[in-house]
Amino acid sequence: MIKDQDYLKKIADICLSRSKKQGSTDASIMVQSSISENVNVRNKKLDGSERSENLGVVLTTYLGKRKSSIASSNLKENNLNELVDRCIETMKITPEDEYNSLPDKDLHFSGLKDLELFDETHLSNEDKINYIKEAEDEAFSNNKIVNTNGSGFGENKSNFLLANSNGFVDGYKTSQFTAYCEVVSKSNGSMERDYEYTSKRFYSDILKPKELGSIAADHAVKKLNPKKIKSEKISLIFDKRISKNFLSIFANAISSSAIAKGTTFLKDKLNQKVFNSEINILDHGDIKKANGSRYFDSEGIGIINLDLIKNGILQDYLIDTYNGKKINRKSNGRASGTTNLYFENGSKTFNELIKSENKLLYIKETIGHGTNIINGDYSVGASGIMIENGEFSYPVSEITIAGNLNNIFQNITLADDLEFNYSTNSPTMHVEGMIVGGK
Amino acid sequence: MSSLLKNSELTLEKADKIVSETLNNCDDGELYVEDTKSETIVLDDNKIKSSNYTSDLGYGFRAVTGDTVAYSHSNDITEKSLKNSSENLKSTLKNNSGSYNSEIKKTNQKLYKDIDPIESKSMKSKIELLNNMNEYARSKDKSVKQVTASLLAEKKNVEIIRSGGELLSDNRPLVRINMSVMVEKNGRKETGVFGIGGRQDYDEYLKNDNWKKVCDEAFRIANTNIESKPSPAGEMKVVLGPGWPAILIHEAVGHGLEGDFNRKKTSAFHDLVGKKVASKGVTIIDDGTLDNRRGSLNIDDEGTPTERTVLIEDGILKNFMQDRLNARLMNTKSTGNGRRESYKHVVMPRMRNTIMLGGTNTQEEMIKSVDKGIFAVSFGGGQVDITSGKFVFNCTEAYEIIDGKVGAPIKGATLIGDGPSSLKEILMVGNDMMLDPGIGTCGKAGQGVPVGVGQPSLLINNMTVGGTQL
Repeated sequence: MIKDQDYLKKIADICLSRSKKQGSTDASIMVQSSISENVNVRNKKLDGSERSENLGVVLTTYLGKRKSSIASSNLKENNLNELVDRCIETMKITPEDEYNSLPDKDLHFSGLKDLELFDETHLSNEDKINYIKEAEDEAFSNNKIVNTNGSGFGENKSNFLLANSNGFVDGYKTSQFTAYCEVVSKSNGSMERDYEYTSKRFYSDILKPKELGSIAADHAVKKLNPKKIKSEKISLIFDKRISKNFLSIFANAISSSAIAKGTTFLKDKLNQKVFNSEINILDHGDIKKANGSRYFDSEGIGIINLDLIKNGILQDYLIDTYNGKKINRKSNGRASGTTNLYFENGSKTFNELIKSENKLLYIKETIGHGTNIINGDYSVGASGIMIENGEFSYPVSEITIAGNLNNIFQNITLADDLEFNYSTNSPTMHVEGMIVGGK
Repeated sequence: MSSLLKNSELTLEKADKIVSETLNNCDDGELYVEDTKSETIVLDDNKIKSSNYTSDLGYGFRAVTGDTVAYSHSNDITEKSLKNSSENLKSTLKNNSGSYNSEIKKTNQKLYKDIDPIESKSMKSKIELLNNMNEYARSKDKSVKQVTASLLAEKKNVEIIRSGGELLSDNRPLVRINMSVMVEKNGRKETGVFGIGGRQDYDEYLKNDNWKKVCDEAFRIANTNIESKPSPAGEMKVVLGPGWPAILIHEAVGHGLEGDFNRKKTSAFHDLVGKKVASKGVTIIDDGTLDNRRGSLNIDDEGTPTERTVLIEDGILKNFMQDRLNARLMNTKSTGNGRRESYKHVVMPRMRNTIMLGGTNTQEEMIKSVDKGIFAVSFGGGQVDITSGKFVFNCTEAYEIIDGKVGAPIKGATLIGDGPSSLKEILMVGNDMMLDPGIGTCGKAGQGVPVGVGQPSLLINNMTVGGTQL
């Protein structure tokens, strides 16, 4: 069983009172308890099981504008006391930083907790194994699937408590059910792998095993016997599992820490047109049962919904207390990053999008870490499928795609097929005129 | 004598009893206990932004039979918790039965000292060092607009308790010094990153004002990139510089030679042992026994002593890297590559220090031989798809080569290639083998472990360069 709020509170009290006794002026603490149980199968046979029981505490102490932190998984009282003392000692010799402080009391979360983020359902290992075996069975019913890289099912339950010396004490339980199926296809000497993945807070919301297996198989088979194409300038269609990455890049580029340091290509772009006027980007933390929903951030600040891009114009940054002070803004509850971040649907259907040009390259996978948020340069390895006259024609691999995000953002057209499968979600995306590196 | 269980309610004797009783009917397994202390201090935007100290103690209990692995880990070091874990393992393996292989090699290998790098330098002097690095880097040129410097130190003590009461232990220090500089000129912004580290005290890496060289190098890279022009796109010859660019070897072939992917036949290399997989003159080893290196270990995380494993010799594929599970299933011996990020993670075959040995060519003759191509001196991250063999890298410092001469720096180039075929495209192997400065972390299945790489300069016949210039 995960620990209850009373247990977490007891640990928090030990640390907070010791901090105060040792001379800190302020302190904040997060105590967490989680249990996760995972099973893996491979080629329809049990490959392994894993049970993780985690306990942890993170404490930050303040002496005026001085600050230091400790973290530990050893929650015995004498160990905690030793660590608090160490934290205080370090804090005393750490230089002052005028921006250090606890968050603004007025912004503390207080309200109802009715987002339905915890599902009590518990699956036995047997049930988990059955689910994932059924998915693999379905994948293997495709005769080009010859092997699996392993498929798994995981159930995670956690509880946490956040408290600070300004009187904030709150916490709540969350759950996550996750399944993935990764299969290997083979034909004419070509071997490819691909996967499908599902992760939801409620067990009843995850993909059915047969769907999971058949989608994974379909992805892997469609990649077989790829061709390498010539280097050229061509418009790209990004599959939903890739297009959402542009939202994550965007979120990094408007984090108040990057803005305050000037290490982002979107610095000084507030109230300017960053995307074309068709584009709206929202970050809404109050969607029931959604993966990214939360009541408050890691500082205890209540989540408000943000419309980050309206008609292409940048409306806001993602702000926490520390970096907010640097740029003279109040926190908007984004110390733990975005919540449910998504593009609003575009006006074209998927079919209209892939028929919009005679020749398009559909990108299903990118690899590498080729995003530079300082100057907006983007260059990654990729594979996908060529679309000719609106029809998927042949798979393409070992290519690179490159451009600058300032241009890419202006040249996005979105389909109307948004789904809330992850915490960051995008419809299918068309980007005009990118450079593909190939033969 | 167990030193990690010394202050706990769970005595070694009680632990032994539960371990032996649980693993009695299994092929393999162990109780892994880990005590890790780590400290990270970051200077950012002219301020000490954070000082974090972490103390983590926990165990991971593993039972293996056939190819099924049951694993349970916890922070609660008590007899009750271990018994719960034991029940959990038994229930996973209830339909299997094996026979425990208690054979494990012994070693007196001492590749690094049993020191605590966190305590060996006072907090005050660490803060002073970061402030000095910040001031020095900013004083280099007025174009330096942002500096981030960090110090990381760790002391990880591990104990492995096997069925029958055998106890193996290792105390592993690790430090890393990082520097990142952002330069802004004529409206352009570029960064340069450099770092050093290994399994010694900070002071070993700070001798002779070495920290200044770290700052100099980060500044030099940023300053080079500010003059860079767009990268060409398409297939061309590539000259790789020595040292850190060997992460290309790590991605392109290293991962594909790990035992698990080959046992599962999902690696592009799985049926190529004894066959020619690389050009003549190419020899690649994975060596866990180099003194004080980031990827070195006295014993791996299953207790097997590390060794120098020859992977490819003169172009011929010789060995895979193995942990105990994959070695047993492939009828061979563990090569001491069984590693895990922490007690929270299962063991798998992982690289240590992966090195291509030197040859006879000079870097000069490589560059001279290229009409049109690029010279890649440093890389950021890389990634590989083991099954298709495709890998990518992002160049953080690269130049064009035109008519046998190094030309202008180019920005943001991505290299993409095919692991098995790119090794056969190696035309020249340099005589300037160099190890990396001690900064690598390898990610696999969500687990990060410290690794090292090394190589001489290389001339590769044909790789796809991804840029914006057609």
